[in-house]
Amino acid sequence: MPEISIKAETIVSLFGFHLSNSILLSFFGIIFILILGILYKKQAASSKKNGIFYLLQLLMKSLYSIFKSILGDHINFFFPLMSAFFVWVLVQNWLGLLPGVGSLLIAVTENGHTLHIPLFRGNNADINATLAIALISVSIVQISGVKFLGFFTYIKKFVDFSNPINFFVGILELVSEFSKIISFAFRLFGNIFAGEVLMAIIAFLIPVFAPFPFLLLEIFVGFIQALVFSMLTSVFISMAITKHH
Amino acid sequence: MSDAAKMIGTAIAIGLGAIGPGIGIGIIGGKAVEALGRNPEAESSIRTAMILAIAFAEAVAIYALVVSLIIKFT
Repeated sequence: MPEISIKAETIVSLFGFHLSNSILLSFFGIIFILILGILYKKQAASSKKNGIFYLLQLLMKSLYSIFKSILGDHINFFFPLMSAFFVWVLVQNWLGLLPGVGSLLIAVTENGHTLHIPLFRGNNADINATLAIALISVSIVQISGVKFLGFFTYIKKFVDFSNPINFFVGILELVSEFSKIISFAFRLFGNIFAGEVLMAIIAFLIPVFAPFPFLLLEIFVGFIQALVFSMLTSVFISMAITKHH
Repeated sequence: MSDAAKMIGTAIAIGLGAIGPGIGIGIIGGKAVEALGRNPEAESSIRTAMILAIAFAEAVAIYALVVSLIIKFT
């Protein structure tokens, strides 16, 4: 029976900060995205561009057209953030599928006894990571609402004393903003963690040929969850910045 | 005794939790295909709205799955 833990285990504890196996894998993701960005920028200046440039440009153009249909005129202000969410979630999801992630074990001594824990773990299979980007996303929605509409116009959505009904609708809107944080965090965490558990169990039950379609499913789910996260953020932003009535 | 209760709880949580979203996603898909048949020109906006709605419906199934995983592993 494979060892599955819902919590990302700490590998080493530096000055009180617990470095977990999911953070360790996310560093690779950061370096990968950085390298892609630097390559793209260098290729943009040269006259003979190679395949990576065109591939990235295809990705960015498709994302631009998707977000333009949601955000309309404000697309140029929000596109860096939306595509950053997409690329971050996509890269971290797909990095969790590489061979060695979850299977390479490291021996860690804790209070005397040694346990063997995976050295790497998908970053979004850690509730802390998904909660972090959910908080960033919902905060950005509030900040853009205040920036584009003005503080008092935006607050009127939540605090409306004109009518008892509107007062309760305002309170419900406030609760719904908090539920968006939970919903973002758990949607991404649930999809990716359940995918990891599914692959571990299938590989344990039928090691030959059966894990392959589930690996394809996980690649697809990783892409869809990245798309859903960024599209939902852009939809909430567009709802927050449009003037009502 | 608590092990047996955990197993039953895990199964019931995800089993009942997947009924609603399953029906919901089926309805969303059906309505989207119907709208596509009536107006094939609006394909990309129908597809975007359908994927968004399916993600919302599936998230509820994922909440049930997370609860069942929490019951099983703690």
